[in-house]
Amino acid sequence: MTHPDYALLVAGMGIVTYLPRWLPVFFLSRKSLPEWFMEWLDLIPVAILSALIFSDLFLSGSNSGSRSLQPVNLKSLAAVPTLCFALKTKSLGGTVIVGMLTYWLLEKLF
Amino acid sequence: MTPQPDTKLSAGDLAVDSREGRRTIATLRDGVKAAWPICLGYMPIGLALGVLAQKAGISPPEIGFMSLLVFAGSAQFIAVSMISGGSSILPVVVTTFMVNLRHLLMSSSLAVHLRPAAHPLFVSLFAYGITDESFAVNTARFKDGSWDPGRALVVNQVSNGVWVLSTIAGGYGGHFIPEGSLGIDYALSAMFLCLLVYQLRGAIYAVTAVIAGGLSVLWALVLPGNAYLIIASILAATAGYALRQRIFRKAISHDTS
Repeated sequence: MTHPDYALLVAGMGIVTYLPRWLPVFFLSRKSLPEWFMEWLDLIPVAILSALIFSDLFLSGSNSGSRSLQPVNLKSLAAVPTLCFALKTKSLGGTVIVGMLTYWLLEKLF
Repeated sequence: MTPQPDTKLSAGDLAVDSREGRRTIATLRDGVKAAWPICLGYMPIGLALGVLAQKAGISPPEIGFMSLLVFAGSAQFIAVSMISGGSSILPVVVTTFMVNLRHLLMSSSLAVHLRPAAHPLFVSLFAYGITDESFAVNTARFKDGSWDPGRALVVNQVSNGVWVLSTIAGGYGGHFIPEGSLGIDYALSAMFLCLLVYQLRGAIYAVTAVIAGGLSVLWALVLPGNAYLIIASILAATAGYALRQRIFRKAISHDTS
């Protein structure tokens, strides 16, 4: 790929990535939203987080390739003590450390 | 002599300046503190992307340029693999659009918290740094009331800086760093788990989480790309909303009967 082509590619990627990030926050932050929409939006974070986590933990395969269900793997196993620690302590830093150590140990064991 | 009032004025100015300075430092410090798990997680991913890019014939400054303009991990991985496969420009841009469309929802959700400081320029700069990770961290902080748009912006920009530098560093020498040391590959997964726990503020949130998780896995198996994230999140939030309305209405009718 030539330099101008690459610059064009990156510019295109930048624009199509920026627009979905910019449009809602720019227009929705300037007016008051209806109550039902606020209540619906209130559930979006938990939904997105859970969707990200479940697909991260229980699926094998990449974004581009084909995926398959794999409920038991090192990531999902490490999630059990990590989740328990998070529920108990609510400490973000601690959870990250516990998760990394558990995953590291499991990798050594299996 | 006239200099007297002048010096007094400047002393007052200095006091204001130092107060503002302290506030700025506090904002920076809190933002960096909140961003560290993201940075820890970004480093190995950024390094890996840099290595892959180098193999695909993209130089370190070039991948840094992409990281700066795009700032979206999974889309950049896909782009690099498509480029090394000889793809032309348009398919890469279209794929990037599809992969990053999920930010629409995150951006909508963050709009609620940004309203007090909705200067168009600030909001536009903030929007640039909305990622899965910064969204999750900032939402958790906004919810517990300890956060403001300034601190949220610091989280976005610090994460962005680490991401750009990691991808460049990966291009220069990422292959010298042993892979997966100390479970660092799990940093972001663990961070998301804890941030999910923060979001479980009642039964309706837990129910929504389970629905979203189940749906995301189901849709991911059927649909290519990551449209499953958007579909699962929208469906789950809608289901949660409907359930809450229903329970709420029932509670009211119980009260009146």
